[in-house]
Amino acid sequence: MDLSVINPVLLLAALMSAATPILLAATGELVVERAGVLNLGVEGMMIVGAICGFAAAVESASPLVGFAAAAAGGAVLSLLFALLTQLTLANQVASGLALTLFGLGLSALLGQGYVGVKPPRMPDVDFGPLAEIPLLGPVLFSHDPILYIGILLVAAVWAVLKFTRAGLILRAVGENHDAAHALGYKVVRIRTLAIMFGGALAGLGGAYISLIRVPQWTEGMTAGVGWIALALVVFASWKPWRVLLGAYLFGGIAQLQLNLQGAGVAIPVEYLAMSPYIITIVVLVVLSADRTAAPGSLGRIFHASG
Amino acid sequence: MKITTLLASAAIALGLATSGFADGHEKTKVGFVYVGPIGDGGWTYEHNKGRLAVEEHFGDAVETVFVENVAEGPDSERVMTQMALDGADLIFTTSFGYMDPTINIAAKFPDVKFEHATGYKRADNVSTYSARFYEGRAIQGHIAGKMTKSNIIGYIASYPIPEVIRGINAAYIHAAKVNPDVEFKIIWAYTWFDPAKEADAARALIEQGADVVLQHTDSTAPQAAAQEAGDVVTFGQASDMGQYAPFPRVSSIIDDWAPYYIARTQAVMDGTWESTDTWDGIGAGMVAIGEITDAVPADVKEEALAMKAAIADGSYHPFTGPLKKQDGSDWLAEGEIADDGTLAGMNFYIEGLTGEIPQ
Repeated sequence: MDLSVINPVLLLAALMSAATPILLAATGELVVERAGVLNLGVEGMMIVGAICGFAAAVESASPLVGFAAAAAGGAVLSLLFALLTQLTLANQVASGLALTLFGLGLSALLGQGYVGVKPPRMPDVDFGPLAEIPLLGPVLFSHDPILYIGILLVAAVWAVLKFTRAGLILRAVGENHDAAHALGYKVVRIRTLAIMFGGALAGLGGAYISLIRVPQWTEGMTAGVGWIALALVVFASWKPWRVLLGAYLFGGIAQLQLNLQGAGVAIPVEYLAMSPYIITIVVLVVLSADRTAAPGSLGRIFHASG
Repeated sequence: MKITTLLASAAIALGLATSGFADGHEKTKVGFVYVGPIGDGGWTYEHNKGRLAVEEHFGDAVETVFVENVAEGPDSERVMTQMALDGADLIFTTSFGYMDPTINIAAKFPDVKFEHATGYKRADNVSTYSARFYEGRAIQGHIAGKMTKSNIIGYIASYPIPEVIRGINAAYIHAAKVNPDVEFKIIWAYTWFDPAKEADAARALIEQGADVVLQHTDSTAPQAAAQEAGDVVTFGQASDMGQYAPFPRVSSIIDDWAPYYIARTQAVMDGTWESTDTWDGIGAGMVAIGEITDAVPADVKEEALAMKAAIADGSYHPFTGPLKKQDGSDWLAEGEIADDGTLAGMNFYIEGLTGEIPQ
């Protein structure tokens, strides 16, 4: 065992990159669930975002166009979910699962011409002298713009939910849609917008995998990240900063355990392999000892006549 | 009213259609259960190529069906049951983790023939088949040992099963033979297919100094990670992965299942199908070595091709003594060749490998 082969700077930098897809998707789903909608289609929206982003980036030779297309793709797919659950009042759990299955199939179809293609590289943000700071520079100031956008989005979602009127209305719709409706708020419209926001973020998260983390297109390449994001929202008690913490914990330990394995650490591999899941759950469960409850109307169907 | 009538008649028509299939049953129906997507570019991709070859060979006489992304374990039983109920005559289950489910379902459908890839449990209506991938691993090990400059070779392993352990051992033996200083760093990914995780594992290995990365997972993600790093050698796994040639992918192990699938389908049609255990390698053509690119020095390429020829004609076996186990105990004496039973159940490392095999 030789821990010196692990470079902590590279590890921390890899941690942030590994956490970003989960972070983006979970932040989007958090907004959706705070509006009282349970969308289990995160995985499907991510994979569709992954291929839309990949295809657009390859065709336009611009990663930024790719990410824009990914957000659009995820949002358009989520509209299907909105149509089913908000207008035709279909069951949210079933619709979400169907969305995931549909997304996986659709992405495989869209991606047929893109196997083995190399996408354009997203340049890192140039922080100038900041990137030269020892340790901090490579860890914090040597990443692609999407990673920073992810963190900013967490801050923005937190601020909007906590301090603005729009956030208050969104939470009201999520806590008690009948009361919100009685006050004159457009429940269906607000929820549809929230669902689209969630879809766009899931799409961004998917494209982060296909354009930056891997970078290539392979069928089914999100491989369950969407489900982890869903679980994270619950364990984070629907609080944005806890989502950030959970995503970084999960991503970080997942990276660390791979590095520890490579370094030949004398911990049985089985424990290392399960450690990201266990530690993330334990930490977030301990944090949620304040018993924050789920949004009151989560998963319930709203009909104006009711 | 109208819609209900329509639906009802559609349902009746559907019922008639399916029962018609079950009775008439003129076509031979062959089912395939896949662990990954058919577009993974590796393991499942090659099995699906075998399926397409069956369709092409038999034309209208055979109908094939497949289900992809089937989780190993109980869920696969559901898929197999459905296939059997839908009238499949022959079902190929193409991943190690389908072993017990295949045996369970085969017991319930004695008239359906099952073929399980890479396992070791058989029954009257269950055959097993696998390829001697370790022959290709030996050639990879040779090239890897010659080409590494840092003397660190990274290995992305999937699950600690005999087939994977055999591959690690075969690669290590032949890397160490040409380069005694070589060190293997092994990461167990505990997945067959997860591109992001495979890429992360490749990156962790590269950051720790590996300049050759071998993979026993199914996607091309490690190839992409190596390409990004720039100076890291890789090998295609299960499929040619030629889109990453000539560098980083310098060669590959290709599984060719088509002849076997065609032969077994023919046997079912002729009524000559019997439970067998097939384990073929380079000689029989079940394992092919993808083109060795010019990134490999000419003399190394020549040695690799010579080894391939020797393995193919049976004059060389990758597990030839003297070999010791990791704990230093003797395994094979000078000139002794490993028997298939030990190889099939291999659960130990060869001397020189570090770390422990997860249990």
